[in-house]
Amino acid sequence: MPEGNADIIRLNGAEKHFGAVRALGGVDFHVGSGECVGLVGHNGAGKSTLMHMVAGTLVPDSGQIGVHGGIEDNYSVSRAQQLGIRCVFQELSLCPNLSVAENTRINHASLRGFGWRRKAADLIAAKLDEIFPGHSISASDIVGDLSIGRRQMVEVARAFTVTQDRLDLVILDEPTSSLDAHTAGQLLAFVRRFVAGGKSCILISHVLGEVLRNADRIVVMRDGKVVVADAASAFDRDRLVTAMGGAEARQKIAAQIAAAKPSASPLRVRARPAAQKDGTDLVACAGEIIGLAGLAGHGQTDLLLAIFAAASRARTGIEVTAPVALVAGDRQSDGIFPQWSIAQNIGIRSLARLRNGLLISPQREAELAAFWQKKIGIRTPEMNNNIFSLSGGNQQKALFARALGSDAQIVLMDDPMRGVDIGTKLEVYDLVREEAARGRTFLWYTTETEELDNCDHIYVFKNGRIVANLRRDELTEEKIIQSSFGDAA
Amino acid sequence: MTSVKSLLTKPWIWSFLGALLVWLATIAFTGGYGAGGMVTAALSLAVFTVIVGVGQMFVITLGPGNVDLSLPANIGLASAVAMKVMDGNDSMIALGLLAALACGAAVGAVNYLLIWALRIPPIIATLSASFIIQSIDISYGRGLQIKPPPGFADFANWQVLGIPVLAILTVLFTIGAAIALQRMIYGRSVLAIGQNIRAAWLAGVNVGRIRFLTYTLSGALGGIDGALLAGYFRGANVDIGNEYLLASIAVVVIGGTSVAGGKANVPGVWGAALFLVLLLTMLNTFGVSAGVRLLLTGLIIVGVITAAGGQKALR
Repeated sequence: MPEGNADIIRLNGAEKHFGAVRALGGVDFHVGSGECVGLVGHNGAGKSTLMHMVAGTLVPDSGQIGVHGGIEDNYSVSRAQQLGIRCVFQELSLCPNLSVAENTRINHASLRGFGWRRKAADLIAAKLDEIFPGHSISASDIVGDLSIGRRQMVEVARAFTVTQDRLDLVILDEPTSSLDAHTAGQLLAFVRRFVAGGKSCILISHVLGEVLRNADRIVVMRDGKVVVADAASAFDRDRLVTAMGGAEARQKIAAQIAAAKPSASPLRVRARPAAQKDGTDLVACAGEIIGLAGLAGHGQTDLLLAIFAAASRARTGIEVTAPVALVAGDRQSDGIFPQWSIAQNIGIRSLARLRNGLLISPQREAELAAFWQKKIGIRTPEMNNNIFSLSGGNQQKALFARALGSDAQIVLMDDPMRGVDIGTKLEVYDLVREEAARGRTFLWYTTETEELDNCDHIYVFKNGRIVANLRRDELTEEKIIQSSFGDAA
Repeated sequence: MTSVKSLLTKPWIWSFLGALLVWLATIAFTGGYGAGGMVTAALSLAVFTVIVGVGQMFVITLGPGNVDLSLPANIGLASAVAMKVMDGNDSMIALGLLAALACGAAVGAVNYLLIWALRIPPIIATLSASFIIQSIDISYGRGLQIKPPPGFADFANWQVLGIPVLAILTVLFTIGAAIALQRMIYGRSVLAIGQNIRAAWLAGVNVGRIRFLTYTLSGALGGIDGALLAGYFRGANVDIGNEYLLASIAVVVIGGTSVAGGKANVPGVWGAALFLVLLLTMLNTFGVSAGVRLLLTGLIIVGVITAAGGQKALR
């Protein structure tokens, strides 16, 4: 790694809050020219937020951004583009209704006049040939018709095309997630050549081997902060995993759970993810808390929704033997009824039981709400106030009350503690264990590894499949990370 | 004073105030002449708008994009079916009403079938259904005016102390609809779906069944409305329901039901229906032309939606 070279970008004390959630808490980060920086960390560690700042799509609440040695006060996407900083985000950003060449033109305003389509096609085809020899993508293909892997190849190639603006730094956020081993190898080899030519890259990947082999320097993030930054040669796989997960021993509640558990309780759920090729099932019995772990978006929510749907209409591969309720993680889109009071929001799952003859009894609805207000500690003077009068954590408690106050014996939790303060979390953990002791079954998808301490049994998901199946006493954070970050086997 | 204040926060109060204002303006113009007759006439005509308005209200409350545009054609077909079944014979009245109800409900069920099975947006589904219904009506009724039995026509025009009996019955019906909306599982489910259809599904609401019931209900109400209209105007014809496309949507919106769904109220439908009928009477009394009448009706709807949107932004 060449020392003393000018930094391409430098962030000092960058902070970012989203509401009450601190996404970044004072991060110093820089990329020198001619280096490939690996960036690793859990979901929610702040990697994406940091990269959005580098690319100019997010403005830090406080802190400084400097590019090529000069301080940038009004940093933005177009400014980043001028300064030669590009980004390939995880979410594919190509327009599916346009051709490959037309998509290329979007980033290159200088391709104009007659024959712009030809020029754009030549540009992207040359870059595709350079990065992915033998790729078989035509510049006139409509992007929507391409497979997800090919779309990712186009996306990557487009970021490396150059017309009038300079190109110094390319951010690759999970560039290989949809590529097979061969094309991924081609891309990483190209990245090495690119860096050897004096340009720079930031490489984000959950495949730790890729980062270890290809980065010059590795930055590890956790909880919105940089915890370690060192030359790649100073890391091995174990050190990375330890740095990401936090090595401090956490107190475990395991003993009491294991002791209290009845030996042979009735089966409540048996489910197999749609993408599961081997015969692994997720099995949950009465009184169990089952954890669904792994990186975000690897099929956990899909399985929960499939189980939820199977409760009302039979589906192959999924067996559900009791009523089901779901606690949403994305409150606004999956949980809250914005026009209604807190009491109405709680009562909706239990309408049939709140009836008196044909009519819903307002008195019973109020009783249900009052009972759960006391039990779960919803902080409000009046349960008839609108649901939005509550803080986010208390809204989430109302959603818990909706599920726990219902007749459901199976409660599905779709990462419900996202953005909830620690006090609320601890209260809810206690409640969940208490309800489980009474025979309720919980299926708990969480992206926060500490929460798995509350579970009896943990299934780790990767690419829509169960890849590990851990008993409570086998559970260590390293094991979960090893399974969910496993190199494509 | 506090009761007046709480009354002013009700979304439906404005439609009644509007109706009162228009009525006062008209009798001021005529110097008090015909004040009572005007109310009687307004009640008689408003009934038909209220019945379809309630159906439309439930449909619109299901959320953005939900609307029943097949009501005019539905009313036309049901009026013809009712009159043909009754066949000028007083003993067949009940059967004719049932036939109209069934015909309307079938239209509603077909509407939902198109929306559900073919995944067509409700606007397109109900509009295209209405063309089919209209064609059936034309070939079935042969474009002739079919007379109601004398007993049915008398019933539809029957008044007690200047109050149309049909209006009294419709008030009872709307009280039932209001209870269904606020206090029954069906109404709660409709309101939940209108606010957030995904959250409603995840909260255990049977979304498909509730939407089916709602479109069928709207169709059935259109059917019974067609039969009553044919009785009131002493004859069924293809165009009898035409004005109820705009009117049914207008009374829902003016009455304070949210076009975005999830928020509805029944009294407002009455207030808005009376307001629209009285507005028409007023413009007629002032001697305004038909074109200007339509123009004003359209402007008022736009105005009300704008005002309602402004209210929401404040919250």
